[in-house]
Amino acid sequence: MILRPDLAIIADHVDPGARVLDVGCGDGALMAALRDTRGVDARGLEIDPANVARAVGRGLPVIQGDADLDLAGYPDASFDYAILSQTLQTCRAPDQVLDELLRIGRRAFVSFPNFAHWRVRLSLLWGGRMPVTRLLPEQWYDTPNIHHVTIDDFRAFLAGRAVRIEDAWFLSKGGARTSTGANLLAEHAVFLLKR
Amino acid sequence: MEDQRFGLSRRVTLPGPLRLDGGAMLAPVEIAYETYGTLAPDGGNAILICHALTGDQHVASFHPRTGKPGWWTRLVGPDKPIDPARDFVVCANVLGSCMGSSGPASIDPSTGQPYAMRFPVITVRDMVRAQAMLLDHLGVATLKAVVGGSMGGMQALSWPATFPDRVRACVVIASTARHTAQNIAFHEVGRQAIMADPKWRGGDYYGHDDPPAAGLSVARMAAHITYLSEAGLTEKFGRKLQAREAKGFGFDADFQVESYLRHQGLSFVDRFDANSYLYITRAMDYFDLAEEHGGLLANAFRRTDARFCLVSFDTDWLYPTIESRHIVHALNAAGRAATFVELSSPYGHDAFLLDAPEMNRVVDGFLKGGR
Repeated sequence: MILRPDLAIIADHVDPGARVLDVGCGDGALMAALRDTRGVDARGLEIDPANVARAVGRGLPVIQGDADLDLAGYPDASFDYAILSQTLQTCRAPDQVLDELLRIGRRAFVSFPNFAHWRVRLSLLWGGRMPVTRLLPEQWYDTPNIHHVTIDDFRAFLAGRAVRIEDAWFLSKGGARTSTGANLLAEHAVFLLKR
Repeated sequence: MEDQRFGLSRRVTLPGPLRLDGGAMLAPVEIAYETYGTLAPDGGNAILICHALTGDQHVASFHPRTGKPGWWTRLVGPDKPIDPARDFVVCANVLGSCMGSSGPASIDPSTGQPYAMRFPVITVRDMVRAQAMLLDHLGVATLKAVVGGSMGGMQALSWPATFPDRVRACVVIASTARHTAQNIAFHEVGRQAIMADPKWRGGDYYGHDDPPAAGLSVARMAAHITYLSEAGLTEKFGRKLQAREAKGFGFDADFQVESYLRHQGLSFVDRFDANSYLYITRAMDYFDLAEEHGGLLANAFRRTDARFCLVSFDTDWLYPTIESRHIVHALNAAGRAATFVELSSPYGHDAFLLDAPEMNRVVDGFLKGGR
């Protein structure tokens, strides 16, 4: 099975045998890959019941819940990694969700679509319309992405909160990008964080 | 020779004594049960099914008296998530009930008369302890899974809390870790209806062949409302009249919903004992798993390695989703592997007994996911 590029990066960088909480785990594709290829003890949280049913059908321990509401019960540092892939921008309080992530996990992977990608900028600048792109396919009225964020926004946010970036990956259709110019050229980003 | 312990409609009298939460000792302990499938040589394929308030041990066999199919054939049977071809399935009538296990209708050996209200008050944990005695008798050391809905879910949840090393997986459907004030209130209405029936005679009606049918029937009617959703009732009955063109300006069952409830009540008294209804509802009302573990639900799950699967239904207002979520948060806090999904159904609490393909998929995936 081929993982989404940001998930493939995360899967490649989780230590074998680790304990992982995948917040917004979707249908469990990453969890299944981690379990099957790296012997990871993966737990998941997912808001969409159909996705939960699919993940559970794969034998994965997934809880139907909301990242904004259901993280408080997990003890501190109870996972080696907490993962938030393509979910940050859908949270009502992304700042609090990130705090929870860094409390529950010793490290956190966070991936999100970059709202400063040139296509997004172009769409607003020339079209004057909210961008509808490959990674942001919904219209303004039905998008679950309520807190759009750019790579530079996120870097500034982390700096202001004394969160350490242990690693970062920047992706576009053509493949990996360097950190330089990522805010303009990368479609999405993956950060490995530690508090 | 065939092992007489295994098969349909089994009954065993265990010497006990069973020490009950209320302090009393129960002896002997009779348990009516059934098994399907074959216990694996390593004993690793045993699944215990726990039934609800008015359920019985005939989970997937035809009822010997009514001839009706088992109450959970949707989940248990060939090619079902729990399959006797693979699993050794055990279902026992709960302590306090009236389908063959020790209860108020049983004979008190100290008097030679039915216990009636002299039967000790029991708890959900006592039911679980009795089930453990049965498993000892059957040679089952550890359960592959314990599975239950409604009150069966309370037992399933109590299993790993009471016997942390004897269960590897726990499936809790449409259930709760404690009875709320509203749950207790509905049960109290039922109990008062029974005890207000002059035929109840303080519980000593067994010799009279004239049980408190009216009281038990009202108790069932009140409870039955809590098993259905408002939307379900509206869809099924609305304000439709029963076999008449206009309102009768009297107190017959004018409305279809009245007629339906009366039928539910009347058919219930043929198959259930009023005193058992008192005892089992009491056990459910006393149920508060957190209270048994220092007031913190997470403590109930700290000593077990069992995996948990919880399923709730969005229209269940008896044990609503918030109760399952409460359990899930405690499991998270205790670091247990948990699966939880809220399924959509128009049928309210009863949904767990009805056709629910999604529930089957979830339970199937969960049970197969054990490593």
